[in-house]
Amino acid sequence: MSGLSIQNVTKQFGTFTAVNDISLSVPDGTFVCLLGPSGCGKTTLMRMIAGLDLPTGGSIALGGSDITKVPTHKRDLGMVFQSLALFPHLTVGENIAYSLRIRGTPKDVQKKRVEELLAMIHLPGFADRSVNKLSGGQRQRVAIARALAISPKLFLLDEPLSALDAKLREAMQVELRQLQQRLGITTIVVTHDQREAMTMADTVVVMNKGEIRQAAAPVDIYRRPADSFVADFIGQTNLLPFEADSARRVTVLGQLIDGLYAPSSGAKGLLSVRPEDVQITAPGNGAISGTITFIRDLGGAIETFVEAGGSQVIAVSSPRSRPEVSVGQGVGIRLDPETSVVLAK
Amino acid sequence: MRREPPQRLSDYGPLLFPAGMLTLFFVVPFATMIAVSFFQRQQGGFYTPAFVFDNYARFLSLFFGKVLGFSLFLAIAVAIACVVIGIPFTYLLSRSRRSLQIVWLVALLSILSLSEVMIGFAWSTLFSRTAGITNLFVWLGLMEQAQALTPSFGAVMTAMTYQAFPYTVLVLYPALVRLDPTLTEAARTLGASPVKAFFTVVVPALRNTILATLIMVFIFALGSYLLPQLLGRPQHWTLSVLITDQAIYQSNMPFAAAMAVFLVMVSLALVGLSLYAGQQRQAK
Repeated sequence: MSGLSIQNVTKQFGTFTAVNDISLSVPDGTFVCLLGPSGCGKTTLMRMIAGLDLPTGGSIALGGSDITKVPTHKRDLGMVFQSLALFPHLTVGENIAYSLRIRGTPKDVQKKRVEELLAMIHLPGFADRSVNKLSGGQRQRVAIARALAISPKLFLLDEPLSALDAKLREAMQVELRQLQQRLGITTIVVTHDQREAMTMADTVVVMNKGEIRQAAAPVDIYRRPADSFVADFIGQTNLLPFEADSARRVTVLGQLIDGLYAPSSGAKGLLSVRPEDVQITAPGNGAISGTITFIRDLGGAIETFVEAGGSQVIAVSSPRSRPEVSVGQGVGIRLDPETSVVLAK
Repeated sequence: MRREPPQRLSDYGPLLFPAGMLTLFFVVPFATMIAVSFFQRQQGGFYTPAFVFDNYARFLSLFFGKVLGFSLFLAIAVAIACVVIGIPFTYLLSRSRRSLQIVWLVALLSILSLSEVMIGFAWSTLFSRTAGITNLFVWLGLMEQAQALTPSFGAVMTAMTYQAFPYTVLVLYPALVRLDPTLTEAARTLGASPVKAFFTVVVPALRNTILATLIMVFIFALGSYLLPQLLGRPQHWTLSVLITDQAIYQSNMPFAAAMAVFLVMVSLALVGLSLYAGQQRQAK
């Protein structure tokens, strides 16, 4: 099979298990984001894919051949480091041509390729500049061009945009995604920024404590989180305790929700409801009753905090559908069974 | 706070002390030495003030030319040996555990507390036939029979490299510690083997540090006069040995001074040349 295939990979540092029995398959040409809090093992996993760390167990294959023990410099990949790691003693052009020079590519071919890549990253004519005199965004682009110089099979980026300011970061996310789609290169990005992952990835792999919690398309991760960690880590959510009766019907905050069923009778767990799916109505008539404690008007969105049955429920509405409520008022909350996700324990 | 350049003469006050010390202990003795180098030597006695070029003229012989050449060659060889051994050593040291680094650095610093005499005698014992390391090789079966490794050029080189090595590491260490370790990792992901990454990234990135180290060890080794005498044959004696010989045993101060002035001039010229070459390459 082609693409990248990771089989039961484990990495231990002494007694600490950084990556625990991870299996993942990345088809050719897809964009995968490894997403998780710091220390979740995502960078370690990437370093093993690059060959900078060797797995304690398991195997990694690229394009059908086993590369678990192949040294880094013989793997067909390009990598962008968090620090970018541009060579300070070389010019922009020499940095980009480094991988070609190491492979003994003729000088004129190198020069042509550098010009191509500089055009691709919108920095034509920068070949003779010193890398120390570039702005953050320009350095970023040069690091990307350098990693892509040999047109590798696999493109790895470790927190590539973390050094940029927020505006530039958003622009680079879009640019990086467009570049990847144009080149059709298999790409893996490590990030802790869920917005970044949602913007760029075909598949988001959410990791925690060295394990994969869920690997799915961004919308699926958001709409159908596999567990409460994923639901909480991706975007904002209300996690409400529920109980199911013998007919699997679900009761939340003392109110039976019509049309919502648990996977088994008598199950207990958490219900994940996105704030934009919470509807605030008049009390009674099958709605959960609660009291408004706080209203945050952000201009573009209005967050309403409701205290109900000992839990706090946050509802988000747009200014057009702003509910006519005030703090201290008793209201009803309606949950949509279609968009509520039952996370059984 | 904005810093202004000194306005009045009294603003230069704090500079007076170092300037005075420098004049008293460096400029005056050096000027005296230059003056003496032009004096007339009195046979069997001291010297009388004069302005003659005899001392320099005597120096322009094949014999002294050879000694000067050997001195420069030895100093350059020691500088290169120190840097060639020092860079990989310091590189590995800077990548090792903190506790291990401290042990090595303390051991290296302790070499600095040894006088040149002690280093010389220690190595002459180690290189001797009766108590030297060749006995160990015989015991290990590597050699047929113990032999003396001194006096020889190798012995002089070894001891001088040993003496200059701690300085080499101390100059290289901060630069290598500051070097971003992801630079070599990046080189490896771009297709360079670890050895190639070392030579194409680590060494060029440290070019200025390496040049500074070479110059420092070169000057340090140029002044060595005890080790060549203790461990070398007369043909391994440096100009410093001859200067000492002339000044102390032959009581020929003007000639010793002329040689010293010449040595300073030649080494300054070499240092200037290498700095100039370094700048040329950087400008390229």
